[in-house]
Amino acid sequence: MLPKPNSASRESAMSDSIVQESIPRTDSALTRRGFLQAGLAVGGALVVAFQLPSAHGAQAGKSVFAPNAFIRIDAHGKVTLIMPQVEMGQGIYTAVAMILAEELDAAFDQVALEAAPPSDKLYGNPVFGIQVTGNSNSVRAFWLPLRKAAAGARAILVQAASQQWKVEPAGIRTEKGEAIHEASGRRVAYAALIDRAQGLTPPKDPPLKDIKDFKLIGNPLKRFDTPDKVNGKVVYGIDVMPSGVKFATLAACPVFGGTVGHVDDAKAKSLPGVRQVIVLKDLVAVVGDHMWAAKQGLSALDITWDEGPHSAVSSDDVWKQLRAASKTEGAVANSVGDVAKGLTQGDLLEAAYEMPFLAHATMEPMNCTVHVTPTACEVWVGSQVFSRVQAIAAKVTGLPLDKVTAHNYLIGGGFGRRLEVDMVASAVQIAQQVDGPVKVVWTREEDIQHDVYRPVYRDTLSASVSNGRIIGWKHRITGSSIIARWLPPAFQKGIDIDAIDSAADIPYDIPNLRVEYVRDEPPAVPTGFWRGVGPNNNVFAIESFMDELAKKSNKDPVAFRRDLLGKSPRLKAALELAAAKSGWGNPLPARTGRGIAVQVAFGSFIATVAEAEVDTHGAVHVRRMVSAVDTGIIVNPDTVVAQLQGGLIFGLTAALYGNITIHKGRVQQSNFNDYRMLRINEIPQIEVHLIKSAEAPGGIGETGATAAPPALGNALFAATGIRLRRLPIDQDVLSGKKPS
Amino acid sequence: MNDSPNTSPAKRYTLIIIGAVLAVVLIGFLWIVVLAPHATDFAGGTRVALTEYHGEDPTGVPAELKGASLIERGQYLARAADCAACHTAEDGEPFAGGRAFVLPFGTLYSTNITPDKETGIGDYTDANFLDAVHKGIAPGNEKLYPAMPFTSYTYMSDADVGAIKAYLFSLKPVHAPDRENSLGFPFNQRSLMGIWALLFNPDKRFEPRPARDPQWNRGAYLVEAMEHCGECHTPRNLLQALDQRQKFAGTVQAGWRAYNITSDPKSGIGAWSEADLAHYLAIGHADGRGTATGPMGEAVDHSLRYLTQSDITAMVAYLRSVPGISTSDLPEPKASPAPSSFADGVAANADPRGKAVYAGACAGCHDWTGVSPVIPYATLTGVRSVNDPTAINVVQVILSGAHLQTSDSRTAMPAFGSAYSDAEIASLANYVTARFGARPSAVTAENIATLRAQD
Amino acid sequence: MVSLKINGEVRNADAPPDMPLLWVLRDILGLTGTKFGCGIAQCGACTVHIDGAPVRSCLLPVGSIGQRAITTIEGVGASAAGAKVQKAWLDLEVVQCGYCQSGQIMSATALLNSTPHPEDADIDAAMAGNICRCGTYVRIREAIKHAAKA
Ligand code: FES
Ligand code: FES
Repeated sequence: MLPKPNSASRESAMSDSIVQESIPRTDSALTRRGFLQAGLAVGGALVVAFQLPSAHGAQAGKSVFAPNAFIRIDAHGKVTLIMPQVEMGQGIYTAVAMILAEELDAAFDQVALEAAPPSDKLYGNPVFGIQVTGNSNSVRAFWLPLRKAAAGARAILVQAASQQWKVEPAGIRTEKGEAIHEASGRRVAYAALIDRAQGLTPPKDPPLKDIKDFKLIGNPLKRFDTPDKVNGKVVYGIDVMPSGVKFATLAACPVFGGTVGHVDDAKAKSLPGVRQVIVLKDLVAVVGDHMWAAKQGLSALDITWDEGPHSAVSSDDVWKQLRAASKTEGAVANSVGDVAKGLTQGDLLEAAYEMPFLAHATMEPMNCTVHVTPTACEVWVGSQVFSRVQAIAAKVTGLPLDKVTAHNYLIGGGFGRRLEVDMVASAVQIAQQVDGPVKVVWTREEDIQHDVYRPVYRDTLSASVSNGRIIGWKHRITGSSIIARWLPPAFQKGIDIDAIDSAADIPYDIPNLRVEYVRDEPPAVPTGFWRGVGPNNNVFAIESFMDELAKKSNKDPVAFRRDLLGKSPRLKAALELAAAKSGWGNPLPARTGRGIAVQVAFGSFIATVAEAEVDTHGAVHVRRMVSAVDTGIIVNPDTVVAQLQGGLIFGLTAALYGNITIHKGRVQQSNFNDYRMLRINEIPQIEVHLIKSAEAPGGIGETGATAAPPALGNALFAATGIRLRRLPIDQDVLSGKKPS
Repeated sequence: MNDSPNTSPAKRYTLIIIGAVLAVVLIGFLWIVVLAPHATDFAGGTRVALTEYHGEDPTGVPAELKGASLIERGQYLARAADCAACHTAEDGEPFAGGRAFVLPFGTLYSTNITPDKETGIGDYTDANFLDAVHKGIAPGNEKLYPAMPFTSYTYMSDADVGAIKAYLFSLKPVHAPDRENSLGFPFNQRSLMGIWALLFNPDKRFEPRPARDPQWNRGAYLVEAMEHCGECHTPRNLLQALDQRQKFAGTVQAGWRAYNITSDPKSGIGAWSEADLAHYLAIGHADGRGTATGPMGEAVDHSLRYLTQSDITAMVAYLRSVPGISTSDLPEPKASPAPSSFADGVAANADPRGKAVYAGACAGCHDWTGVSPVIPYATLTGVRSVNDPTAINVVQVILSGAHLQTSDSRTAMPAFGSAYSDAEIASLANYVTARFGARPSAVTAENIATLRAQD
Repeated sequence: MVSLKINGEVRNADAPPDMPLLWVLRDILGLTGTKFGCGIAQCGACTVHIDGAPVRSCLLPVGSIGQRAITTIEGVGASAAGAKVQKAWLDLEVVQCGYCQSGQIMSATALLNSTPHPEDADIDAAMAGNICRCGTYVRIREAIKHAAKA
């Protein structure tokens, strides 16, 4: 059932130009969800794309029915789904397969997957217009387009059956890969219809199933990708072994923006198994018969770096600059009523919250395998942006796109890191100097010290409250714009749609509100998407501040929020469920507290209660996390629960330990000894409660990471009366050694 | 009127007191200066000048290198004297100085001893260099601080000092201005160091003992003049000079404990076999005894691992002869592994955080038994530091990790200091000593904070 | 040339004695089920069994193994405990990205072999050395108990 990595590469439009075309015009109150709707609205081009005959169909000839780029049915009845999205553990292979199989009425046990080739035209994510798996939007983005594609295919098969039996299509229903004529009781397998189906065109708007008729969607089906992940058979990018492959590892200049000065490689070259030392502008790589030889060679090198302009940059500089920037006016992301006036009514409260740089530390370190010849380039890698992999390889080698073959693989953790192609670019450059294929594997130290980091953010908030209601609200978000670098056309009017996500569209009833964004790029440090990105900054700031406002209004944090959620019944319901399930209000032991945080992020409505204990040293013990989740129609409930469980732990890790610091232009952390991960003996009891809903599906992959930090921060306040306005949690503040 | 023969009682008492004080000072002076034993007096018999010694020359390089060039011999001796360790800053150019020595009364920085004329020793004459190494006096009569172990180096033969100079002058000059020391009064008065040297620097070349065999004498030369082991392992007196009466009894230096290396069987190295000692010196590790970390690890990395087999054996022979002194707070190391189950071995009421951290960050390499399933270097059973109830070296290794150059590659333990809290590290150290040692430690979070502050 | 007993077969590899087993398995013998995560015994992704005991192969010099039996994720299913653990992992759908799971399964199998009916404290002690970035810990705990009952 596992997808064979697909080697096709016929897409020849540059991904950038595709990006240009499909960036929707966006105006006021920009949000990722607004953006999503816009994306689908302009998705016309993409819907058309869904009707394009797939290359595979054409190539596979008559014995295969390929009504569109996503579906292939062969003469044996095997239904192959060409999977546009990559599997990183989020369960998307199974969810997308369920959606397609549902509308196609395919027999699920005959469904196989195949990773889509690089092609923005055929497989672009409707939200971004390029082939990307991110933003927790796979199900949201493909929900309608894929159902339409499948319904179209099903309609064709019904037509074929009606021609075969000479009966009205209306009298034919489909089920488990068969067309059935109720009246006569005749049934025919899809496989037997494919020849007839060739050339038939689907109706303009094939009817979609009614939710109540769903047979697969909503059931906890087993994942496609897991069986081979428990027996060692699964192949991640780091496992590929093209014949004759050599192994390389690299050291990039430890100082951001620095370059290689001088390299003495005499000793390295003398080591057994070391084949080559390759010096590029900003990194040195050693190629060997195996990773060990490459590693030994690398440590035997004597490298002097030209550290460049950033060699003095430290975290202090970063924070000085960010704090200064946060005092300047920002671009307005949303404005309602008269804030200036609103803030003068009632008691005023002001606070600032700060978030650190974070590394991704995906369990599978960065890697990429490449074979460059004078006429072609072949790339093996697990990527969240497959078409960009192909594009960057073409750019580096100067080869036309159709000479670049890329193979995508299952990913050992993405979290946004694999939305970048830096690891591909350097691997291709290295491969250009190697005879035969070379697998470039980063050490964990390189992986942590040459990441693109979740940006530092500073959120300044001021609000006025009067008898339990918020009259005025001003929120200024200051931080790097990842979008401006990563998807430039989407950066408009000084607004980063990601940085303001879940802030501009704050769910509370607030008559006078202003949300601003100030773009401030940190010195030296590259920034990138990270599980949750904008929302996990904004929700932490907003939900911590809401707790402070509740206190100022002498109201219970749950009650205070509930009374302000009039216009968001779904979130209110989640809040009430989480409060009830967590035993909100029940007495707790000394130095133990409960905290709540609610969020509308990635199209899901979630409330989370954390229960935590703090000892006199300030050590935190998280006892329990309870989340109530309304994510609309649930495709695979077990996956949703798993994503929450994992996401909450991911978020707790960040809140308790996550901190990348800079000294002399370098990252100070290097591996799991100093970039700490939550371990199994530190985790709380976790409960996830799903709320039934008929709304369109929401995203789930990043929600837990967003939910945990504010809920925990509020629990720690309840336990100690100490308010933490910076992450990660500082034990010295909690123990009273340091002021908060 | 004739004078009363006896003065008034008050006066008399004052005189008695003054007398007593003078007597104490005098005795003290006699005790710690005049009567202070020579570094090798424990061996008994007489010392003779090298010229009068007829055995095999204990100075110079071992037989294998006799034919080598002056520079090669100089390199061997410079390594034996471990010049690089102190004269190289963290990730700085070798011998270019700048390494900080944080002392109770301020910070000292080592100097640039590359042949750079402006900032190094490029202008030194042979006489200048001899004065610096033997007397602690730099050109311009500048008195060096005894962080430069000239009271040991003073035993080096002129020829060996010359060879080291030749080697240093063969190196690439590095332009690296010396860093300003930050010492408070009176320690910033270099002239005082002159007086100190007058009192405590024998300023004498090595004197062999004919009663002992050539191997012992070679060992003595290596241990005392070159490797200057006593600088860390011998306690100091009131005036910061080595107290040879406590020779090799162990001290705490720069936050690390230099252990008792006398032949005391319980608290020293008396129970170690010759092979144990030889391995430990040569590769920084001896099974069931431990792995060199911290300053000792550096000594192995930069110096000891380069010594020839014969020189290592000579050092062992000499160390063996040093009389045992027992250190009351160091129990005999526990030789048996801890139980294989985490559930046994440590009092159930012990702070659970230590065990929790150990389970996550340590057990993978050190195992619950303390016997590493991965590499012998990581075995904790029988190791002195986990059998030290102060746990000071255990804490240091947890905070800053350990590195050792082995014959074929590098072995290292990562540093956990930045990601784990003082309380966690304290309870981890207490757990480790309780589980693997003879006597548990009782380190507190405050102790950890203090140790962190030192580096 | 070292000769190793891996999953019941004798395999020869042209590797220096100080080379960690991990790279011999992955890069020379093509047994890529054993994963590289940190290289410093902090994550457990590289865990294999040496005579049944869990060992971090990223630091284990191949020359120190001798004739002791090496079991990797590719072979662990052949043992009763290994098969039970793999099944429990699928029954409870533990896996997310899966990259850490080879190591998790090796550690869990070793735990069940030494402690057939582990309690939470046993699981903490045996599994805390295995990091899962995806945060599958809740299900790992459940799956180990599930396998113990099977
Ligand atoms: S790779 Fe061996 S423990 Fe992480
Ligand atoms: S499942 Fe992804 S790291 Fe564990």
